[in-house]
Amino acid sequence: MQLTAKHREYWGKNLRITGILLAIWFFVTFVLVFFARDLTFTFFGWPFSFWIAAQGALLVYIGIIWYYARYMNNLDKQYGVAEGESS
Amino acid sequence: MSVFGGVGQTQSEFKKGLNKIFLWYGGGFAAFVVVLAILEQMGLPKNWIGYTFLAATVLLYGGIGVMSRTSDAAEYYVAGRRVPAMYNGMATSSDWMSAASFIGMAGTLYLTGYGGLAFILGWTGGYVLVALFLAPYLRKFGQFTIPDFLGARYGGNMARLIGVFAAILVSFVYVVAQIFGVGLITARLTGLSFDVGVYVGLAGILVCSFLGGMRAVTWTQVAQYLILIVAYMIPVVWLSVKHTNMPVPQVSYGYLLQKVTAQEELLLKDPKELEVRAIFKARSDAAVEKLKDVPASLAADKAAATKRVDDLKAASGPAADIKAAETALAALPKDEAAARAAYNAARTSNAARAAPPMRHAEPFPGRDEAARDISRKNFLALVFCLMVGTAALPHILMRFYTVPSVREARQSVAWSLFFISLLYFTAPALAVLVKFDVYTLLVGTPMDQLPGWIARWNIVDPSLMAVADINKDGILQLAEIRLGGDIIVLATPEIGGLPFVISGLVAAGGLAAALSTADGLLLTIANALSHDVYYKVIDPNASASRRVAISKSILVVVALAAAYVASLRMADILFLVSAAFSFAAAAFFPALVLGIFWKRANKWGASLGMVLGLGITFYYMATTHPWMYGLFHSGSLTPEILKANTWWDIAPISAGIFGVPLGFAVIIIVSLLTKEPSKEVQELIENVRFPNFDGVPSQGAAAN
Repeated sequence: MQLTAKHREYWGKNLRITGILLAIWFFVTFVLVFFARDLTFTFFGWPFSFWIAAQGALLVYIGIIWYYARYMNNLDKQYGVAEGESS
Repeated sequence: MSVFGGVGQTQSEFKKGLNKIFLWYGGGFAAFVVVLAILEQMGLPKNWIGYTFLAATVLLYGGIGVMSRTSDAAEYYVAGRRVPAMYNGMATSSDWMSAASFIGMAGTLYLTGYGGLAFILGWTGGYVLVALFLAPYLRKFGQFTIPDFLGARYGGNMARLIGVFAAILVSFVYVVAQIFGVGLITARLTGLSFDVGVYVGLAGILVCSFLGGMRAVTWTQVAQYLILIVAYMIPVVWLSVKHTNMPVPQVSYGYLLQKVTAQEELLLKDPKELEVRAIFKARSDAAVEKLKDVPASLAADKAAATKRVDDLKAASGPAADIKAAETALAALPKDEAAARAAYNAARTSNAARAAPPMRHAEPFPGRDEAARDISRKNFLALVFCLMVGTAALPHILMRFYTVPSVREARQSVAWSLFFISLLYFTAPALAVLVKFDVYTLLVGTPMDQLPGWIARWNIVDPSLMAVADINKDGILQLAEIRLGGDIIVLATPEIGGLPFVISGLVAAGGLAAALSTADGLLLTIANALSHDVYYKVIDPNASASRRVAISKSILVVVALAAAYVASLRMADILFLVSAAFSFAAAAFFPALVLGIFWKRANKWGASLGMVLGLGITFYYMATTHPWMYGLFHSGSLTPEILKANTWWDIAPISAGIFGVPLGFAVIIIVSLLTKEPSKEVQELIENVRFPNFDGVPSQGAAAN
């Protein structure tokens, strides 16, 4: 079991995408909500900050998880660390 | 049995078979509801509909248990690791959504408006952490329980046993609340007593998980998800069509929210509303006066009540009035302590009802800037604790051991959140729909023309629904309605004017939500004890069938213990559930995440970090929550002590906000001060990080 440069690169890319997605998660959850009282404009009929907490954030979360799964599953193949055909 | 995965099937054959089964199941269930609806029209009594729903669903879950019975360890503990991503997503979401999500969430949103959205955010955003930090790596590790990972990663039994302790603490508290919910729903659905309800529900849980372990629980949870989501949607869609002519409440309620907001401004200034609130304010003030000299007030109350009885008798008033006055006299507090408690209760309850209604869409309401800041801080802290707690609940993480591969583990988190969001998108819509109904249609109705559901629910449980004409004007004001959160979901079919069979369906959905969560939790506790304590620590040579047998017997004992605790009806059960999130967050999250992402973390750091993180969380709750304070201190929690014990105005429910960072800090510092982990452990970490490392795929993968 020896780590190769390829393995290190794969892990580095994984950390990078994890960090970026985590930053989006943090922004939507904590930054937007922190400023909720100031974000009072209407958004398709909803007060924007209410809509974010009731629907917008959830859509972003699903997007983050879906994108991560797609990105990593492709990365596995690209770096030859994917499991054998399982389905 | 080949129905839920037999030998020699390929994964795609298995998946096709599953699709067929659940298609038939969906059709069958729809036909069942339609037949019941027809029978109702023909005059089947309501409680028979209730019995039929209860019997049919419990038999269904038991039947799945019988069909997938097993004594094979991999089948029993992790459903043979062959659950396709989408089905695991459904199972995870019903595992996740408890009675609190199904019945309580919309009510909380109705009562607290924007404040309640902390639960929506926290209970969905946590899945981002599950997806990015835990699910794929735990799947690659591929053992049976969460303490398993701690044991392997942090070498030896210390971290494993701390994990077992935390897993049992968190899961037991949670399962008691579910069984409590099962009892309540069964009682409402059928009119049986609460205790009978608890044991009937328990039977459903046990048949299923006892016979088939994780395999049976998985397929039951999929079946339960389908029932609960349909049951939740039908009345909300109906109500949405009624108020907006749109069948998609999640989209259309923005328009209603505007109307509710406009109505709130009117109700805030309405003179009749002000009058009712002033009466409550006066009652609260009177209670404050009485508290100044309790013995004298009690004597005065007695004298007044006695005088009224005597006056009525002397004037030969109507018999009903005399009886009422005598009852009032008999209901007076017996001694000084009782009187003090009664006056205190009158002060707080009347003061609460004297408060103006809050604005539904306003974030962090408060009297002044400082109060708004505290409200915002607590909202964010609660969101943080719920998110991290979600990503640390053993019964949820365990589900990701059951998929065939790392690849499907990643997809499965996305499916889970998708299925969960269907309900979580709908709950805020339901809250606004009911609020619209109450604010615009109900308020202003003459007292003698109120809709029937109000009187019916008042009889079922006055704490859920009570109206009284406080200012005697013959018209219902908003301030004259007292309503408990749970009624929002339970009464929606009646508010919308739907037949009783839909009410039965909603109750069956609530039951499915509670039972599915209880199944997963009981299995977590039983597996922690049988696999981690018995097999890994006490008798490492035990055969697989013996381990499964032991797990089954522990399951029965734990279920009975949980039912017993639930039947005590502890008042603060809801607080304990929220507390479980803070405990899970502080105990597991730092150790699990650092275990995967930081090779240097070692057993001393992890063990100490888990203990101290859990410890500080527990300590904070024990010094700031009234009920917990009472358990560990003599005397009660006065406002002065509370103020002195509170750190940065954080409410006890969010105690995990201290535990999680402390856990991280302790693990890092102590690990750096002690020896680095062995070579084998470092290799384990590398192995976990790559789905296929040097041709070693995740355990059990591609077996089919």
